[in-house]
Amino acid sequence: MYDFAYHKPKSVADAAAAVKKASDGKLMSGGMTLIPTLKQRLAHPSDVVDLAGVSDLVGIKVDATGVTIGAMTKHADVASSADVARAIPALAALAGGIGDRQVRNRGTIGGSVANNDPAADYPAALVALGATVTTNERKIAAEDFFKGMFETALKDGEIVTSVSFPTATKAAYMKFPNPASRYAMVGVFVAQTASGPRVAVTGAGPAVFRVKAMEEALAKSWSADAVANVKVPAEGLNSDIHASAEYRAHLVTVMAKRAVAAAG
Amino acid sequence: MTISVSMTVNGKAASGNVEARTLLVQFLREHMGLTGTHVGCDTSQCGACVVDVDGASAKSCTILAVQAEGAKVTTIEGLAESAEKLHPMQEAFREHHGLQCGFCTPGMVMSAIDLVKRNNYQVTEDIVRHGLEGNICRCTGYHNIVKAIVAGAASMKAAGV
Amino acid sequence: MSNVSKIGDRVHRKEDRRFLTGTGRYVDDLQLSRCTHAHFLRSPHAHARIKGIDTSKAAASAGVVAVFTGKDTADAKVGGLICGWVVKDKHGVPHKAPGHPAIALDTVRHVGDTVAMVIADTAANARDAADKIEVDYEVLPAIVDLTKALSAGAPQVHSDVPGNLCYDWELGDKAAVDAAFAKAAHVTKIDVVNNRLIPNAMEPRAAAAEYDRGTGNYTLHTTSQNPHVTRLVLSAFVLGIPEHKLRVIAPDVGGGFGSKIFIYAEETLCVWAAGKVGRSIKWTADRSESFMTDAHGRDHVTHAEIAMDKDGKFTGFRIDTIANMGAYLSTFATAVPTYLYGTLLAGQYTTPAIHVNVRAAFTHTTPVDAYRGAGRPEATYLVESIVSKAAREIGVDPAELRKRNFIAPTAFPYQTPVALTYDSGNYVPIIDEAMKLSDYAGFGARQSAAKAKGKLRGIGISSYIEACGLAPSAVVGSLGAGVGQWESAQLRFNPTGNVQVLTGSHSHGQGHETTFAQIVSDKLGVPMDQIEVVHGDTSQVPFGMGTYGSRSLAVGGSAIMKAADKIIAKGKKIAAHLMEAAEADIVFENGTFKVSGTDKNVPLAQAVFAAYVPHNYPIDKVEPGMDENAFYDPSNFTYPSGTQICEVEIDPDTGVVEIVHFVAVDDFGNIVNPMVVEGQVHGGIAQGVGQALMEAAAYDNATGQLLSGSYMDYTMPRADDLPSFTLGYKTTPCPHNPLGVKGCGEAGAIAAPAAVMNAVRDALAQVGAQDRIEMPATPQRVWAAINAR
Repeated sequence: MYDFAYHKPKSVADAAAAVKKASDGKLMSGGMTLIPTLKQRLAHPSDVVDLAGVSDLVGIKVDATGVTIGAMTKHADVASSADVARAIPALAALAGGIGDRQVRNRGTIGGSVANNDPAADYPAALVALGATVTTNERKIAAEDFFKGMFETALKDGEIVTSVSFPTATKAAYMKFPNPASRYAMVGVFVAQTASGPRVAVTGAGPAVFRVKAMEEALAKSWSADAVANVKVPAEGLNSDIHASAEYRAHLVTVMAKRAVAAAG
Repeated sequence: MTISVSMTVNGKAASGNVEARTLLVQFLREHMGLTGTHVGCDTSQCGACVVDVDGASAKSCTILAVQAEGAKVTTIEGLAESAEKLHPMQEAFREHHGLQCGFCTPGMVMSAIDLVKRNNYQVTEDIVRHGLEGNICRCTGYHNIVKAIVAGAASMKAAGV
Repeated sequence: MSNVSKIGDRVHRKEDRRFLTGTGRYVDDLQLSRCTHAHFLRSPHAHARIKGIDTSKAAASAGVVAVFTGKDTADAKVGGLICGWVVKDKHGVPHKAPGHPAIALDTVRHVGDTVAMVIADTAANARDAADKIEVDYEVLPAIVDLTKALSAGAPQVHSDVPGNLCYDWELGDKAAVDAAFAKAAHVTKIDVVNNRLIPNAMEPRAAAAEYDRGTGNYTLHTTSQNPHVTRLVLSAFVLGIPEHKLRVIAPDVGGGFGSKIFIYAEETLCVWAAGKVGRSIKWTADRSESFMTDAHGRDHVTHAEIAMDKDGKFTGFRIDTIANMGAYLSTFATAVPTYLYGTLLAGQYTTPAIHVNVRAAFTHTTPVDAYRGAGRPEATYLVESIVSKAAREIGVDPAELRKRNFIAPTAFPYQTPVALTYDSGNYVPIIDEAMKLSDYAGFGARQSAAKAKGKLRGIGISSYIEACGLAPSAVVGSLGAGVGQWESAQLRFNPTGNVQVLTGSHSHGQGHETTFAQIVSDKLGVPMDQIEVVHGDTSQVPFGMGTYGSRSLAVGGSAIMKAADKIIAKGKKIAAHLMEAAEADIVFENGTFKVSGTDKNVPLAQAVFAAYVPHNYPIDKVEPGMDENAFYDPSNFTYPSGTQICEVEIDPDTGVVEIVHFVAVDDFGNIVNPMVVEGQVHGGIAQGVGQALMEAAAYDNATGQLLSGSYMDYTMPRADDLPSFTLGYKTTPCPHNPLGVKGCGEAGAIAAPAAVMNAVRDALAQVGAQDRIEMPATPQRVWAAINAR
């Protein structure tokens, strides 16, 4: 790891200012992705701005319309929240399957969505549930937020403060983990939302994407059989030593089928 | 950038001046001389470095020392009541031969204790196997580790720890 | 006498307390005064010419003490790393042994090859400085694909090794095999890949070297399975430091599995550089470095054919294997695919004619050497795969076909057609027990039930034999080994009656501190807490060949027995004197010397005290002191055997293979500590399952980059990948060592790949895909096999 200047501001405004002031500043929330990246010397920030001192970024609020999770809320706390489990059980289950216990004890939702790893779990939930990302500057619809591999709509100095998920009448997430890293090789989040069924896929492509053909099939009939024959084109999907694009495309259908069945 | 950090390690105040890039595991091993916490990988996966930070298991290779400012940290060295009396989970590992080379063992024991507590002292083989997803052992094939943790959970409950 | 243990007792381990309380002492735990830290700059290319290196910026970087390149080591006449086993080819010509400089001179030959060494006051400063070294590479074409390495036109790894061929070796009677095939009623053919593995002991390799300017003595603390061999090689071949001026200590070592047998560039350079800079130097590998530089294992491509008569009796077996050596020869690389592989191809069977041809190839990859089992897993995987395939082809149950061909228990000692003489064994009761424990008879019903759920169930058998307890020195010497393979032991009693057991074996997880103490406790009646096993320090232990090849108990334990016999013999003389009896009338029982037929006795501790305070002592007959040394050289290998049965269930939608039941029944001869043995078997099985289903060192054929270079991409078995295992034992004691033991460290890893893959193939046979799968049978590969058109 290269050395850097460390800051631990107490407010979002101070954090934003610190990042803007730095020649190459990085925000750190749980550090579960940033620290391994720094250890491998894949990044060389001049300054690291730790958000752990900003206390109002932590917490879960649940009301009739949905769940709002503060950016610095840890995966373990989302997974074990009885309120989340009541409102959107699939979201609690997804959080409980991120990484491993130790990652869940430190990693945060804000860090996960801001990083937008193509194999992260949360982006699938955000897109399938039609979540809204709130930053210190604005609100961004999930689909507009995730731009591409490790790329989001966030501007320099813009900080995710919370994520709001509307409830869904049915939802489930099924992940096929990479056998080595345990990241999502293919993860499919299905949801019956107010605007109709939504199917979001993570791990398979460069970034999270929706499968419109499955959504249309589910709109006609919410059943595993409805998606069983919807094939996703392999073109453009990720390919590596663990899974070819063809295999990933196949798994999207299998995981979608299982997610719909699990959602009931 | 040099920063002064202070925290509580195994019940005792600990402080030092470190570079910002110093990891918690480096602080524990190099500054505190607590070499029971090990480093087995550089991608945050093997779990040899697991310690308890403020009541939750964490990989000390993926935390900066400065992030643990003010925290209560417990390492493998802080578990046993005395030289004679091991923590029930340590004792269970010994009883069930849940260790061979000993390198993954500190992290394995620290993860096991967190796992047992989070499951209200009620664990099954299946819960233990899935709960150990963040810890890699190359020696035991996990068979005896799983046995040890199931037994250790009962001992922990009985001992009220 | 409390706390005396017997051989066969399930004794808890003495070493556990320190490991469980974080007070073990591994190399990286050492804190040496004024210690510097080394960082090695690694080649990012598989094959490149170094046109120039500029180290000036690194040398000026903060905290840097020294920067060394290949020119520095060449100028200092640091010898190259050696291969200690000479294999002669078909024509009696020794293998090609290209140079292996510790730091590359003008060419790098694999990703991770050492390019420079930076020494600085902290590890971080050393790393920072290494980033500032400017290397001008001319990237050259690389060959990493083993199947093409020997082809015309393949990029050449070494200019002095034409065609990349290290050797072309054979064993067995080719004419007899050809004759058997000419008469065969059925021939089964198979092509198998034995996938390259990365050992991944959880403790990364490390070295800490000290140099004492006053005495000129060097001390190396290193992660070694055989510190004396490390000292010997560094002294005699590489650094020229006399053996008596170099102390090698292997303290607590966090697993080895073969990878810590070898003498690597890093510890060599740390010792050399400690002398150069006059300060202690420490280096600990990052896991990423381990992936690139620890010797890898396996990596064979094989075609084989087996001939049978009309009754399914094997009549001939021919094998053609290409084995990957990597870019350079590691310490014992040449022996693994030859004498540890070809000699095991008879398996448990009476096949009368066997011929094996092995061609060893250089490639632009990390060197390949022994990994748990070393050659024997490759042999077992091949034999057991082709036997199960043959059974399917001729329509005979695979268990039945095995039994039909097993060597009979009355046939021992049994001379195989591939050099070995098996000493003992009884194979039918083992497979019967395994079939019972796995409910083999009930498998059909379970398969049908799985089918009803849309799952494919399969069952697979693997009956292995291994030659271990390495080894009779004269035999291995005649085959090209550069060392003897005896073991030493010393029993050093102290005046107060406690005893240090010094062994040349090394424990890096195997539990010698307990099992070796058990032997002494049982044999001499000394309480366990009065026994300390000392290992891993060349300045304490007389000499030793170390731990590998399941040899510690069979060879090292036998040396302890010999030393204990000497203690008893000396004690009898002392006791006879103290009791005023004839030595011939003294018997030794339960730790006490007795005059036969009387109640007169002298406990061992009393004899020991008398030996150190010889006031009333037979000084004319025996020397004072109670300290006996023994060396044991075995008369044969030992031959553990067993059968594993694995049952799997495949999800055809995803290709995921789940192991639903795993049974291992072994004959390890006598067992000293069943608890420890079970642990060894469990761990071995896990590594074998890893090979079968998960693990593969993958290289990019175009660039030679290691694609599986971290735990993000190299799949290590985790707790939820494995079931609990069912174990059983049958015992035929080894007839030629004093403990009757055979060794258990490698069995699990040797047998499991074939057991798992035979189960996978059995499951896939339901959809006709049984011949389309190779190890590791990852979900992607299983899915592709099922869906291949």
